[in-house]
Amino acid sequence: MKALAARRHHRYAPAVLLLLALLLTGGLYAVLAPQVADAAPAAAGSDDIATGEKIFQANCATCHGPSAEGTDAAPSLVGVGAASVDFQVGTGRMPMQANGPQAPAKEVQFTDEQVEQLAAFVASLGAGPSVPSEEMVDPAAGDVANGMALFRTNCAMCHNAVGAGGALSEGKWAPSVVETSPRHIYEAMLTGPQSMPVFNDANLSPEEKRDIIAYIDAQREPSPGGIKLGSLGPVSEGVWIWLVGIGLLIGTSVWIGARSS
Amino acid sequence: MSMQHNPVPGNTEAVEVHRDGGHYPDRFENPGLEEHRPRLGDVDPAANKRAERQIVALFLVSLLGTIVFIAAYFVVPLGDTPESMQRSNFFLGLGLFLSLFGIGAAAVHWAKALMNDHERAEERHPQRSSDENRAGAIQALKDGAEDSGIGRRGVLKGAFASALAIFPLTIALPLIGEVGEDWDVSKFKHTWWKKGTKLALDPSGEPIKAADVTIGSVFHVIPEDLHEAEHPLDEKAKAVVLLIRMDPRDLRSEQGEGWSYDGIVAFSKICTHVGCPVALYEQQTHHLLCPCHQSTFDVADGAKVVFGPANRPLPQLPIEVDDEGYIVAQSDFHEPVGPSYWERLK
Repeated sequence: MKALAARRHHRYAPAVLLLLALLLTGGLYAVLAPQVADAAPAAAGSDDIATGEKIFQANCATCHGPSAEGTDAAPSLVGVGAASVDFQVGTGRMPMQANGPQAPAKEVQFTDEQVEQLAAFVASLGAGPSVPSEEMVDPAAGDVANGMALFRTNCAMCHNAVGAGGALSEGKWAPSVVETSPRHIYEAMLTGPQSMPVFNDANLSPEEKRDIIAYIDAQREPSPGGIKLGSLGPVSEGVWIWLVGIGLLIGTSVWIGARSS
Repeated sequence: MSMQHNPVPGNTEAVEVHRDGGHYPDRFENPGLEEHRPRLGDVDPAANKRAERQIVALFLVSLLGTIVFIAAYFVVPLGDTPESMQRSNFFLGLGLFLSLFGIGAAAVHWAKALMNDHERAEERHPQRSSDENRAGAIQALKDGAEDSGIGRRGVLKGAFASALAIFPLTIALPLIGEVGEDWDVSKFKHTWWKKGTKLALDPSGEPIKAADVTIGSVFHVIPEDLHEAEHPLDEKAKAVVLLIRMDPRDLRSEQGEGWSYDGIVAFSKICTHVGCPVALYEQQTHHLLCPCHQSTFDVADGAKVVFGPANRPLPQLPIEVDDEGYIVAQSDFHEPVGPSYWERLK
């Protein structure tokens, strides 16, 4: 103890103390943080709807009501369909972590099986759009050119011409769709999550939805011209030119004009 | 400025001025060129040698860059995929950059570090011509004017001035006349919509049934018979419409009695600010946002402006449903679409 006291004025002492404090905070958080309530693991072959209802009661009922009829805080889930659950829960948007302008995508809190069970339960409450099959969302089967025409008309104003995302009003935003899985893109069009409007099968037929998925998939390829800078257009390109490009020009000019030592 | 600025020592008879609380001499003497300061390389042979090695290294960078370019040309082909094109462009560009930057940087460094750095001042010669030349020029002008008789021949002078004055019209007229191609603004008052025109999907042209427009849907709409127009794109630019269905209980007002159908409303997509396509619809708030200047319209409230620079609501297209269940227009828009400027020409 005496040795420790003697070193308390050492110049590394504040850094060591800070590190210890951080470790302590982190450790306490790991121990005390609220765990995601985990429903009993589903026994294979058991009734998915019954298990799904248990998961629902444990995780969703606080906001959506005990029988998913909705409350002042959250909408009714009767008739939203399995596709809506698969999108909202499968991308981590639900359960919502904090109130805000919109629920952002985050780490998924359930296993694929649990998402399926939850979707089965919600689908049993009323008829709604179901999860699309693998073939319906296969980018290889879509027409990229037609997808571009449809994307330009229906999606590009919010999600950017190549799907990089963009701002909406009052803190909301249209997220980037470049990294979104084909199934989730399809479900988002079908169900219209959050601010996004619905694009039902009469508006965009299943084949047209697949064409749009093919177009988004094509945007994942690198650009032949070079770095895309997020495909955000004049903002990121302007920052690059004004800061890096003109900065280099000024630096070089100063070097040329400076006297040699 | 509390600090005292003392005048230059030894120049005590110079007139002083007072400004910002300080004392300055009335005129500063030209200090002349700074004393020549030898560079490190001028006095230290080792530094001189080092600079030479640096220049050689920069030229070697250039040589290397050229080799990279040539190698990339053969070894990294352009190929057919975006990946291979990006790779090829990257190496070609890197080689070209090193090749040219190496030469340029070496040349600048060479000139700065090794070539002599004696300051030279070249005095500028006076720009004023000699009195003799000036008098000669004035005399020549006078002689010319005298010879042409411009003072005496009035008609000639008038014709000459008129020709000069009118000639610029040959440049100005096409320039002004072709701005916007056409100055007939009346066509902005009417669009392709008329009574009974079916609302159709953009771009496929499929007519839309009211039953297909579910709540929360947005349809991007063109007139079904748009392709019959002489200039379909010009007509499309005016006639594009956004068709939205919301819960009828959410619909607080509309621009005309009976212009909607069971929560389905249709609004012009052309912003009333400067004419951008307004299409960022947030289905939870029923707000429609223009991406150009963030004008925001409340679709549930007759597309009133709730934010941004737009000055009036988006014009509403009156719609109804025909016997077969298709959505059709009741009439054209009741006011000009697009920027408010045209509104004033009514």
